[in-house]
Amino acid sequence: MADAAHTPNEADARAQFGAFAFSAENKKTADMYVGRYPAGRQQSAVMALLDLAQRQVGEETHTQGWLPVPVIEYVASYLGMPYMRAYEVATFYTMYNLAPVGRFHVQVCGTTPCMLRGSDDIMAACKNRGLVKGATTPDGMFTLNEVECMGNCASAPMVQINDDNYEDLDYDSMTAILQDLSDGKQPKVGTQLPGRHTVEPYGGATTLQAMVDKNHDYRGEY
Amino acid sequence: MLADKDRIFTNLYGYQDFGLKAAQARGDWDKTANLMKAGQDAIIEEVKASGLRGRGGAGFPTGMKWSFMPKAPTPERPNFLVINADESEPGSCKDREIIRHDPHKLIEGALIAGFAMRARAAYIYIRGEYIFEAKVLEKAVAEAYSAGLLGKNAAKSGYDFDVFVHRGAGAYICGEETAMIESLEGKKGQPRLKPPFPAGAGLYGCPTTVNNVESIAVVPTILRRGAAWFKSFGRENNHGTKLFQISGHVEKPCVVEEEMGIPFRELIEKHCGGIRGGWDNLLAVIPGGSSVPLVPAAMMMDVPMDFDGCKAVGSGLGTAAVIVMDKSTDIVRAISRLSYFYKHESCGQCTPCREGTGWMWRVMEKMRTGNAEIGDINTLYDVTKQVEGHTICALGDAAAWPIQGLIKHFRPEMERRIHEAKGDDMLEAAE
Repeated sequence: MADAAHTPNEADARAQFGAFAFSAENKKTADMYVGRYPAGRQQSAVMALLDLAQRQVGEETHTQGWLPVPVIEYVASYLGMPYMRAYEVATFYTMYNLAPVGRFHVQVCGTTPCMLRGSDDIMAACKNRGLVKGATTPDGMFTLNEVECMGNCASAPMVQINDDNYEDLDYDSMTAILQDLSDGKQPKVGTQLPGRHTVEPYGGATTLQAMVDKNHDYRGEY
Repeated sequence: MLADKDRIFTNLYGYQDFGLKAAQARGDWDKTANLMKAGQDAIIEEVKASGLRGRGGAGFPTGMKWSFMPKAPTPERPNFLVINADESEPGSCKDREIIRHDPHKLIEGALIAGFAMRARAAYIYIRGEYIFEAKVLEKAVAEAYSAGLLGKNAAKSGYDFDVFVHRGAGAYICGEETAMIESLEGKKGQPRLKPPFPAGAGLYGCPTTVNNVESIAVVPTILRRGAAWFKSFGRENNHGTKLFQISGHVEKPCVVEEEMGIPFRELIEKHCGGIRGGWDNLLAVIPGGSSVPLVPAAMMMDVPMDFDGCKAVGSGLGTAAVIVMDKSTDIVRAISRLSYFYKHESCGQCTPCREGTGWMWRVMEKMRTGNAEIGDINTLYDVTKQVEGHTICALGDAAAWPIQGLIKHFRPEMERRIHEAKGDDMLEAAE
């Protein structure tokens, strides 16, 4: 429910990113993506390439990256499609950042299944550490956003920070994760409940127990 | 309760490795070519006979869907299989477990299903937020290629077949099949008008079938164990096993594979440790993901969890994403938050949905605080009826139904809030 972030002045963006081009490694990756689609259908790769470009901007600026106009233009011309078609894609999908974000992009899921399990507390933990919805902290460390269902409902509430999911959170564990990140430490990814593996019922699976310790083959029991 | 030996997704919780070797030790990719030897039409008949209905929410018979594909595609106009892994329905979290813990079931299913519908390739459209899951899937696909299970003469079957992973970038609407095809073509994910149906003109204008991850991933096991085995579970028209995802106010939320038609109470008692605060504390349940109407506690207790069982109580099984709400829930806020979700995810193509979802959310927020008139409840209901059925895709319906469910079952609560906000005398008995 964040307000739209402030998109920087286009002239400034051009000055900074006007010479943007894929790195040698990313160019290889980009061509691999293009190769997944039939000849003449390279436009299909626009989503993958915009993501790749955003990640490269992120590496260059030590943030999670965003898509300035010249970068979108570069991707469009790379695929031989009109700029406007690429811009449409960049504005339609929520994972493309149209304004700079911080070192850590904190995306708290606020949809009903997470809300029922206490996403308000997760938001409160963020607020109490000085994070503001839709904004980046002055030190450039954290950008906070509320996002829609992330598909981790059986281990709710959850937050996605950069590429990692943290699940089964409460106020304290969320505070600890933010603390670790600002201290330069990598918190444990996945569920934060001690003893829970993934999405089995907490306290031990009610089914498939034979799988817990070894790769059981059930075919002998048919 | 379903026996462990009859569960399809044995590595559901990821205790063991997802990789090819471990998957083969669990029975995946076991003589796949022999399964394919039966021939395309025999596979389709077997899937039809198993009674498998699509696991993505609508419940359309999977085998019948495949039979709509042209029987003699040309190289200029090949058939495509698109696998829907854009799992974004609030409450749904099953495809994620399949992809990150048992991806080879999906990839083998893609080969067999693709072969049966004479497809040249499969695109797996995975939602952008599943970053880790997409990495696992890419790795599993690469493993399958290097083992000769995909590509030219896939799995030594004599059939050439490719599987490609396509990542989304955060749009719920791309889970709608024609929006997914648009997105695969590198455009905004806005649904297309039907007809033409995708089986006639889909991806790049070629015949296309879009199937859910779970529908595809169960196919190899169905063929190995036979249609009769799969059909032996569940009730007439609602056969097989199903991944249930239980979230919200249960003691232990989880994902679990169970027989179709398992009674709601049994599902919760056996796997989720009961309702938080006991069964008397249950307020309402959304049995199939956010798009279906909620069902009040008293009606829900003994409902068989399958397509027809949920339909009989005015709701739907959807993706079997069971959202449980106890009496501590602010029920109006819970539904209002879903209204916000649909407002956020409307693609903006059809006016009733684009304008209606925003309007419905704003009025729902008024209902939440009681800052409304009693007559507004009827107006809200009328507007949901104006949105429902007047849009290209079903997102408009999905936005309307939760509100209709709320008004149907919780109108007194909505009225109470309005009276309270106005300071009217409460007509409640003294404690």
